[in-house]
Amino acid sequence: MTIDSSPVKFTPARPGQRGPDIRTISGGRPVFRAELPDGRIVWLVSGYQTVRQMVIDQRFSRALAVAPGRAQPGFEVSAAGSISGTDPPEHTRLRKLVASAFTVRRVETLRPRVASIVNQLIDAMTGRPQPADLVASFSLPLPTQVICEMLGVPAADTSQFHAWSDTIIGDWQRDAAEIMTAVAELYGYFGTLIEIKRAQPVDDLISALIAARDHTDRLSEHELTAMCCALLIAGHETTANHINLSLLLLLDHPGQVAALRADPELIPGAVEELLRCTRLGGLPPARVTAEDVRLGDVTIPAGELVIPLYSTANRDRSVFIDPDRLDITRDAAGHLAFGAGVHHCLGAQLARVELQEAFRGLIGRLPGLRLAVPASDLEFKPGMAIHSLRELPVRWDEP
Amino acid sequence: MTRWRVSVDKKLCIGSAMCVAIAPDRFVLDEQQRSGPAEAEIDPDELVRDAAASCPSEAISLVDAGTGRPVDLD
Repeated sequence: MTIDSSPVKFTPARPGQRGPDIRTISGGRPVFRAELPDGRIVWLVSGYQTVRQMVIDQRFSRALAVAPGRAQPGFEVSAAGSISGTDPPEHTRLRKLVASAFTVRRVETLRPRVASIVNQLIDAMTGRPQPADLVASFSLPLPTQVICEMLGVPAADTSQFHAWSDTIIGDWQRDAAEIMTAVAELYGYFGTLIEIKRAQPVDDLISALIAARDHTDRLSEHELTAMCCALLIAGHETTANHINLSLLLLLDHPGQVAALRADPELIPGAVEELLRCTRLGGLPPARVTAEDVRLGDVTIPAGELVIPLYSTANRDRSVFIDPDRLDITRDAAGHLAFGAGVHHCLGAQLARVELQEAFRGLIGRLPGLRLAVPASDLEFKPGMAIHSLRELPVRWDEP
Repeated sequence: MTRWRVSVDKKLCIGSAMCVAIAPDRFVLDEQQRSGPAEAEIDPDELVRDAAASCPSEAISLVDAGTGRPVDLD
């Protein structure tokens, strides 16, 4: 087949708005060429099977996508040398250093601590006058506190790195110089923290990584810093906004909220369905073809940008019946919200436990939980690749 | 000559496809995206060791076929 000479113009959905209908603009093709708002020409992959096939195929390289000259300012530059910006075997070496801290079994041991943070945050919310801003009082502090405790980042520093993180995950509307300054400052912050922990190791992930560097030389100093930045950025903004956006979606379905309240056993399945249905951001990280690769019905030449559209794949009619409908009782296992292959989200199990405990707390302890403003009044932070709410004012029924 | 016995606990497997991405010749996914070994007994292979060490649900078991002892994953 010949390469279509005219790529489809593609603008990712603005937060809070419906995205372009991929099924229409792609003409039903699972792999198609598109021109992004910043002028880049990319291949977009939208079918469930083709997305899975692509992301487990090592010929689609993350390292090439974040290489100097190719990387977009911000997240991609900060990802170079981290688990999110390397390929096997470098990726495997780095991932193995942290994999054991994030396994299903290990994360399950953190569940009581996560539940206790949830309860403390809700105690504080219910002790203050309504409405509450769920972003500031719950959805952001929960994952932030959890990842900071795991890494060993002082909680007092959170507001400082929230600002850097917000900038680093900027999208095409953001000033590149501003993004690169934030990357440099976050790297500098971790450089200092690493020296403090090197002098005085404690029982946390950063100290364990320092030991892996200093005692067995399993990663470079740059890789150590890049790992810390990646874990911190990936570990809070994503979960925080998944709580926000999932809750917004769920509150549109009062019958399903009632079902969850009546039967908390439904929560794990509901979390999977909310992961399947919620669109967290604009475009997932791109890969670059290391050689010509056949995917779907096209051959993608070497050196081209390819982006897997996970949220579109999660609504593939051939896999999920009536895919645009939220149904917390369906079997949503197999969704691609966490990706697949070597870059399958390291924090997937942690996110699951955080989301499950968050909904157990919010639904169980705040009856009648509802938006305190019309949904159309909600504002998202501009210029971010993740759909990040500024505030989420909520009310609930007092007991 | 040492041989390794590979197995995957499908009840633990979460379908991340980590193993098939790391060692595509050694693991296969079923229709539910659950993994299993392509061959149950293999010559030692560092990629299989990597896959077992990287599995997010610790679903891959790797034992020395002669002694029955777990293979060191480090």
